[in-house]
Amino acid sequence: MDYFPLNWGKPRATGDEHNWLATPGMAGAHARHADMSPTCYAPAGPTSHTSSPIVTGTSVVALKYKDGIMMATDCLASYGSLARFRDVERMVPVGNSTVVGASGDISDFQYIQHQLKDLEIDEYETPDGHHLGPENVFGYLHRVMYARRSKMDFLWNTLVVGGLQDGKKYLGCVDMRGVTYSASTIATGYGAYIAQPLLRKAVEGREDTLTEEEARKLLNKVMQVLFYRDARSLNKIQVTTVNASGVHISEPYSLPTEWGFAENIRGYGAAQN
Amino acid sequence: MVRSRCCTNSPSSFRNQYDNDISTFSPHGRLHQIEYALEAVKQGSACVGIKSDRFVVLVALQRQGGELASYQKKVVKLDGHMGISFAGLTSDARVLSNYLRSECMRHKMTFSRPLPTYRASHRYGSRPYGVGFLIAGHDAAGPHLYEFSPAGNCLDYVAHAIGSRAQSARTYLEKHVAEFATSSVADLIRHGLGALRETMPSDKDLTVENVAIAVVGVTENPSDEATIAAFPHMRKEDGFVAFHALSREEVDRHLKAHQQTAGTGAAAAGGDAPAAAAGEAMDTSE
Repeated sequence: MDYFPLNWGKPRATGDEHNWLATPGMAGAHARHADMSPTCYAPAGPTSHTSSPIVTGTSVVALKYKDGIMMATDCLASYGSLARFRDVERMVPVGNSTVVGASGDISDFQYIQHQLKDLEIDEYETPDGHHLGPENVFGYLHRVMYARRSKMDFLWNTLVVGGLQDGKKYLGCVDMRGVTYSASTIATGYGAYIAQPLLRKAVEGREDTLTEEEARKLLNKVMQVLFYRDARSLNKIQVTTVNASGVHISEPYSLPTEWGFAENIRGYGAAQN
Repeated sequence: MVRSRCCTNSPSSFRNQYDNDISTFSPHGRLHQIEYALEAVKQGSACVGIKSDRFVVLVALQRQGGELASYQKKVVKLDGHMGISFAGLTSDARVLSNYLRSECMRHKMTFSRPLPTYRASHRYGSRPYGVGFLIAGHDAAGPHLYEFSPAGNCLDYVAHAIGSRAQSARTYLEKHVAEFATSSVADLIRHGLGALRETMPSDKDLTVENVAIAVVGVTENPSDEATIAAFPHMRKEDGFVAFHALSREEVDRHLKAHQQTAGTGAAAAGGDAPAAAAGEAMDTSE
């Protein structure tokens, strides 16, 4: 059966089935294969893939500290300008020494989570004493992102991978084009402009002396600044710590904010003078 | 041609009816095509693998095609940390080792780590491959020695031999198995040569032409002078010795050392312990 609705009721000349340009949707149906790009819903014409993200997450920030790495994300998935889903977890553990955080399209991140789960299962099933660390997961995600970009069928995400590889701290990010970057502070989205300078000032050079408390305070401050300045963010956040005892993703909690200054500004605040 | 039906139920009588196809079981639950492939392995010249706590050693017999021909290369490097020796159809060995090399490279590129030895998985073609491998590798989980057989089994070994008259080699290995874990590389090679010698007819002997030796592992004291001298391929930071085939001079030295100890018979058995205590020195004469 031809599952493509736009093909129903359109009798075609025989011998035309192999003419890819003449049959709308055919090229899309055949290009679908194993990945889940929704080309079957594309209108008649050449094959097209996701050209813009739909439900999105904003910045991910991460830093190296004395005992490992810490990463923070807010719990918001926006539907354009609508703050649609306010309890989304944008960080996921992989094995017991890696965490992957994502900004960008949430459905693409869910696909990536599925792939990572498969990786974990394969690694668990093979009884040879090997464990996937952050460098291995990062290498894998890099290859996946680059392969998709080469097919012009992007996974619309910037992924941040962090953890401990054989006791060594590792932090890296890979974007939808397959461009990778590794440093002691990482920030995606608006964070790259607003949070990164704050993180670098506080962390660079002190990766081995920054305590967990200092790191946590810094991340809270950075997420607070992002909530003030990024119009697609939320003050409900999660913070993940990866150290020798494993991956710990905190429960979501709210950051306090101060809006009282609006009273002093003409036209703003409750008084409205 | 008429196939006659035998009146007895012996396994061999059913062979001809059920051996034409790899996917046909015999009434006794056997796949004859695989058994025939195993026979091809037994026709190949022997190779021996032995591992200690730190190293894996492969010692293989290289056949000469004729007086005018070269000796068949029997040791293939797959990656920095892994290599194989084989017995059986040489062309199948080449196809499989090319595949394994690309698998090693693919895994290293994707996961930023060397392919763990156990995962060099079997490939299936239209028929079973008529070659058996001994895979020697060293990864984060230590040294490994595996046998891949045409039956598709991947078995973990402390020491093993495959190929022609390999059972004699295995008998030798079983006799000395308690020594291997703490043996030096030189001793592992000496045992490998001893085991290989068992597979040869008494009028033939091991020479520098017909023996191939390969080594992979991690030394105990990479900063030790003697160790640095003994292992020119060693990576100084961590003592990792990449998989490599020994040069003609090195093979010659080991052969001479083996001939000395083998020549002195009973005295050789007593010489094992002091050689192991000499640490990681490759050459017993150092």
